[in-house]
Amino acid sequence: MHQDSSLDAALLRGMTRPRSVTRRDAFRLAGLSAAGLALTACGVQGKKAAPPQKDAVADYWASKKKNGTLRFANWTLYIDKEDGRSPSLEKFTADTGIKVTYTEAIQDTPSFFGKIQPLLASGTDIGYDVMIITNGIHLSKAIALGYLVPLDHSKLPNFAANAAEKVKNPTWDPNNTYTIPWTAGLTGIAYNPKYVDEVTSVNDLWNPKYKGKVGMMLDPQEVANFGMFAEGIDPDKSTEADWRKAAARLQKQRDDGLVRKYYENDYVDALARGDIWITMAWSGDIFQQVAEGKDIKFVVPQEGGTIWTDNLCIPKTAQNPLDALTYMDYVYQPKIATMLVEAINYITPVPATKDLVLADAAKASGDDKKSLEQLASSPMVYPAEADMARLRSYRALTTAEEKVFESIFQPITQG
Amino acid sequence: MKRFAPYLLILPGGLWLAIFLVVPMVFMASVSTQEGDVVNGFVQTFNLSIYGDVLSQYGTQFLRSAGYGLVATVVSIVLAYPMAYWIAFRGGSRKSTYLLLVLLPFFVSFVLRTVSWKFLLADNGLLLSPLKSLGLVPADFHVLQTTVAVIGGLVYNYLPFMILPIYVALERVDPRVVEAAQDLYAARRQAFTKVVLPLSLPGVFAGVLMTFVPMTADYVNAEILGGPANTMIGNIIQSRFLVNNDYPSAAALSFALMAAMLIGIFAYARALGTENVLEAAAR
Amino acid sequence: MSTATTSAPVTAPSAGAPAPARPRRRLLDRLLKVYVWLILAWLFLPIVVMIIFGFNDTKSKSNVTWQGFTFKWWGMLDQDPKLIEAVVNSLEIAVLATVITTVIGTLMGLAMGRYRFRGLGAVNLVLFAAIASPELVMGSSLLSLFVSAGVQPGFVTVVIAHVLFSLSFVAITVRARVVGLDPSIEEAARDLGASTWVTFWRVTFPMILPGVISGALLAFALSIDDFVITQFTSGALQTFPLWIWGATRIGVPPQVNILGTLIFAVGVVIAVVNTVTARRRT
Repeated sequence: MHQDSSLDAALLRGMTRPRSVTRRDAFRLAGLSAAGLALTACGVQGKKAAPPQKDAVADYWASKKKNGTLRFANWTLYIDKEDGRSPSLEKFTADTGIKVTYTEAIQDTPSFFGKIQPLLASGTDIGYDVMIITNGIHLSKAIALGYLVPLDHSKLPNFAANAAEKVKNPTWDPNNTYTIPWTAGLTGIAYNPKYVDEVTSVNDLWNPKYKGKVGMMLDPQEVANFGMFAEGIDPDKSTEADWRKAAARLQKQRDDGLVRKYYENDYVDALARGDIWITMAWSGDIFQQVAEGKDIKFVVPQEGGTIWTDNLCIPKTAQNPLDALTYMDYVYQPKIATMLVEAINYITPVPATKDLVLADAAKASGDDKKSLEQLASSPMVYPAEADMARLRSYRALTTAEEKVFESIFQPITQG
Repeated sequence: MKRFAPYLLILPGGLWLAIFLVVPMVFMASVSTQEGDVVNGFVQTFNLSIYGDVLSQYGTQFLRSAGYGLVATVVSIVLAYPMAYWIAFRGGSRKSTYLLLVLLPFFVSFVLRTVSWKFLLADNGLLLSPLKSLGLVPADFHVLQTTVAVIGGLVYNYLPFMILPIYVALERVDPRVVEAAQDLYAARRQAFTKVVLPLSLPGVFAGVLMTFVPMTADYVNAEILGGPANTMIGNIIQSRFLVNNDYPSAAALSFALMAAMLIGIFAYARALGTENVLEAAAR
Repeated sequence: MSTATTSAPVTAPSAGAPAPARPRRRLLDRLLKVYVWLILAWLFLPIVVMIIFGFNDTKSKSNVTWQGFTFKWWGMLDQDPKLIEAVVNSLEIAVLATVITTVIGTLMGLAMGRYRFRGLGAVNLVLFAAIASPELVMGSSLLSLFVSAGVQPGFVTVVIAHVLFSLSFVAITVRARVVGLDPSIEEAARDLGASTWVTFWRVTFPMILPGVISGALLAFALSIDDFVITQFTSGALQTFPLWIWGATRIGVPPQVNILGTLIFAVGVVIAVVNTVTARRRT
């Protein structure tokens, strides 16, 4: 490189002197380069989406036609499957003529959202017409940034008729303006009774007996809730001071070497392998493990557990929004919802499924019968009222709060 | 015509590198000094203080990565050198077969091999459970989610990149020179330290370059094999960039990492007396 | 990096010089040989495990404990069309990236090995930067560029990125080969009346071919194995390593082991063919 210092110098000049282009250009380039935040370039920065007017909803849907195709982004293992095909999706295609491209694109909400956000910001097609986002920071962001299409409820009659009252009008999306639930689930504690005595309290995650054998979750919202439960704080009413208290508790757990790892969904394998004995866990995962005959227990701790909802929604870049809306309504038919709950084992938004599951059980025999009966009577799938009272949602956060919240909890799981 | 020949030849590759390597770097430098967040947009403010902020916030991870990278590099040299030596001087007609054996694992995805290690090293897995049932290690002994697992994974994944350059350098050493040296010094050890080792140093240098850089910036091993205390700077950059969409701080970290690497490499090259770093790497 | 010289040794005298028979030396050599095989065993251990667990008769979605031998997963390879698609994507990307990299990298290597020209220093510097920059840095800066230019990340952007990181390896490999050439052979060809074009294809190219092949092999291996830069530049596109990365959060199904085994088998075949032809050449 010493042979040609003139070019090196030119390169360095180019790198250190942004004013060689006009300031405006530099600003434009820089703005653009923020990984596609075309927002800046188009001067839309700082604008939050106002709640859509009724007319806006009508206007959006007025010109939409069915295209006969639908691209669906879902979590892995989150639909009914037989030999690699999904009967409920095939039935949908048979009933409506809409062909479905089904993709298991989501392994965890943060990375999925991180992936689609630059595209949504620049208005580029993300490749999906309907997708699933869990309530929480990311869903609130998507709504606030206007990334989601407001739903035309006149085209959702099955939802109106069959959805449980308690899933309608949730706090994170008043009047189900943008979302309707796919399933809900609980975050509680799972443990292996071979190594762990009966668990009733969150504090068992802090038990020094299980040092290095405790699994916690990577998601800041998940661990934050458990930190708050341990401190006797109700997440819904929590303040910044409460968060710091909870964080200190979680930090201590980490510093004491109790936590083996902050897991994503892979805690299931770690629990099955014996790397961890006791862990924060999602109800449906553990239900499936139990159904496969593994000796694992799931509890909602007495201090509280978390209930979350995975929501169907339509990205604003959808190419087939009407097909997407058709599908969203379709799954609210009790029969279809039953097909789904029998496979997914999470909490269904359609209460009428319970009787249908029992009816299926009556028709089935042997192991199938047993597992269906188990499903219908499981508090992990049809939670009891007593459990429900102890369940809390993720703390709803404004953008400003979210920054503080993440700066408090992220260093714990990602330091 | 002949004057332009080299430029014509270099043009496609040169353009590729200019557009997809140099330009993006400039962009990233610019992003790093912007302020804002995703909801409110990013504005160029030439905010250089971000470098101080991110470096103080993630200094631990930076140092940890450098430490892991150094240890893993040294371990790699120690493991690779005798192997390269044996293949170069005693491989005979099978030399290229041995080298292909070294390269062959690359055909199985790096991620899959690392996952396979996670599985092998599990607390009750194939490697530990026999040791545990024999009582050689305590029942609560574990390797996964420890520093040893992460550094082991790094060495495992990048070892071939150390073996190959050392081999190439050794392979160029004429055995007759070695014999002459042995006649001169009469001791094998001296013949090695005075003749073979100096001649192979450019290979070691190239190997260090090829392993230290990717090891230090790695995040796959820490993610799959590591625990809470093993987070590396790569994990931070990856999640800031792809998950949090916090572009300025991710870009600043990324740029700082790049700068630190380049400075380190050039200083290292100076110390070695290698005038042209690339020459050393290429040899 | 310069594996060019490895598959077909250039310097004849160094190859297989017989060691003088001294007992201590023999012992050391034998120990070293054992050591080499131990390292090789270590390199292949996880691969062996991967192959074996492709035959595991597991019931659940997680493939973590041995439950008996079965061929059933081989029959269910096509069960997950998205997985197959990811593998096909990986192969297509690797082939395309290898072809592009080999062509433009060889041209660069030729220019750099043959000519002294203004700007060579800068080219060297950029090539060096390409090797010295962590993939993580390349990937994150590329992502900034692509999305800001309104390019949707996907197949094309991944190919671009893969060419980028393997280009310098091919260029340097070929350059090493070109520098090692004896210019008098080409001069002789020209003296005998061959045109520049003919000289290149008949004389120069066959001589640098081993370097080109090694470079291409390396580019292919780097591409098919790549995870980091792909993660940054793939958008919604799935490749095999990305699919596995996703699956690690859920549980890696046995089909992945089988596909890994198949790709590995392809590698073995390529390696064997390369060894055999290299032997025939020398």
